[in-house]
Amino acid sequence: MLTAEERQEIKAELEHYPTKQAVCIDAMKIVQRHRGWVSDESIRDIGELLGMSVADLDGVATFYNLIHRKPVGRHVVMVCNSVSCWIMGYETIRQHLTSRLGIDFGETTPDGRFTLLPIVCLGACDRAPAMMIDDQFYGDLDPAKIDQLLEEFK
Amino acid sequence: MPEKPLTQHIPADRQALDLRAYESVGGYEGFRKALGGMTPQAMQQVVKDSGLRGRGGAGFPTGMKWSFTPMGADAPHPKYVVANADEMEPGTFKDRLLMEGNPHQLIEGLALAGFAIEADVAFIFIRGEYTLAQERLTRALAEAYEAGFLGKDILKSGYSLEMRLHVSGGRYMCGEETGLLNALEGKRANPRAKPPFPQVSGLWGKPTIVNNVETLSNIPHIVAKGAEWFKGLSHSPDAGTKLYGASGKVKRPGIWELPMSTTIRELLEEHAGGMRDGVRFRGLLPGGASTDFLVEEHLDTPMDFTSVQNAGSRLGTGTMIVLDDQTCPVGMTSNLTAFFAQESCGWCTPCWSGLGWAKQILAAMEEGHGKEGDLDKLSFQSKFWSPGHTFCALAPGAAEPLQSALKFFREDFERHIREQRCPWRA
Repeated sequence: MLTAEERQEIKAELEHYPTKQAVCIDAMKIVQRHRGWVSDESIRDIGELLGMSVADLDGVATFYNLIHRKPVGRHVVMVCNSVSCWIMGYETIRQHLTSRLGIDFGETTPDGRFTLLPIVCLGACDRAPAMMIDDQFYGDLDPAKIDQLLEEFK
Repeated sequence: MPEKPLTQHIPADRQALDLRAYESVGGYEGFRKALGGMTPQAMQQVVKDSGLRGRGGAGFPTGMKWSFTPMGADAPHPKYVVANADEMEPGTFKDRLLMEGNPHQLIEGLALAGFAIEADVAFIFIRGEYTLAQERLTRALAEAYEAGFLGKDILKSGYSLEMRLHVSGGRYMCGEETGLLNALEGKRANPRAKPPFPQVSGLWGKPTIVNNVETLSNIPHIVAKGAEWFKGLSHSPDAGTKLYGASGKVKRPGIWELPMSTTIRELLEEHAGGMRDGVRFRGLLPGGASTDFLVEEHLDTPMDFTSVQNAGSRLGTGTMIVLDDQTCPVGMTSNLTAFFAQESCGWCTPCWSGLGWAKQILAAMEEGHGKEGDLDKLSFQSKFWSPGHTFCALAPGAAEPLQSALKFFREDFERHIREQRCPWRA
């Protein structure tokens, strides 16, 4: 069931577009903002609200990088693996993160604190290597800086 | 000092100009001028006369793009203008600066584009990861509405425009013009067949113009100061300034607004400060991941649409990715091909199938499992990624770095196969 708040936020988006389907990505992001991810149940509920089939909506959901169709930890670490970061030491950053967190890409730490994901170029190549933790960008990374950053996210 | 209309007012710490600060340096003067007495046709003409070409990668003349939109009483409505702020081309980080540092400049440029084609609704389609730019654009949009630069009957001109920030779900394909339209409609960002072109049948089948952020940011200045002034900013017939950038192992990676046709050598040596100590230059992608490698012999090429094309590559986004001698060219090509294979939307067979195959061959080569005949396979596959075999430019873009790497770094590829290892790995 979508909460009253989620429904209200999705309906507010509808005013700005000529079709219901146009807001489906926003709708999934709204649910994700409240729940961390988009479950099968949420796909069904959003589909009902917007008049889209589960297949159609899931086709959209799985197309986009920033829609999580599996549960994630309290914080999502997205590491840029594109070319400029690769030149500037992405491999070292990736190895440090996976060994430090004890998980690989697509996994969540057992304490539910971090999910580790790769991401394409973050558009800050003058500060490579780079990553995001939740909505925050961090550049000029090295292992020491990563250790310090991870401490800030409980 | 050469003029830097796009970036001169952006402070070093990139704090955004608010409305008052923007207006104090001439902001919204172009918009007032257009709404105060220009016709949309005159607006289109001045942009045509300026010689402005799209800054998103393809370089299509902006005024001409606009001129294909149906105009007048019989034109279908609502018409749309869209700012393509989905900067996802690897190695590209110029639009981020423009949006974080001067969001009103983009809003004014988009509003002017709207006026030029008599649009009713404008969208800024921005990638999800640009959270700071989203914040600043949201604030700037609120300021622009409050000051009466957006909304109904703007500045009592009779012209109305609603403008909205749309945050993407995230995918490289959204930067492709027709993929972006599908994304805005809440669909998978597969490309659409052209024709019909978006100017005639775009968002929800209505006339739609899509322009890049840097392109649009130029419009207020062209309207305020004129086409001749704009042409005078450049070293060549390709008009205006350009936001150039460099990343990789250079001393000072960054973004610089310079006259169009500044040479690669000047960018690399003066602005980026040359290569870092201990590494030597081997090559570069001049304008993002989807452009052909250029090497030492091309360093004196002016960075403009025509010259870079004559050198065998594309200006693209104008942000260079530099390859040094301590970095494996096969590894770099493998990384680029893996990116394109992952981001392929799966619509066209040469793209989803061929890119996946090429990605596997290159990864195996890096792991020391290269085989005789691999290079021929790569050449053969990439032939099918040329324009005409696919709906959009993703596959042609993927072919450019791969084919040029095979040309310029062939010996490195052969060595990987011969020695059954990557010589750059310990």
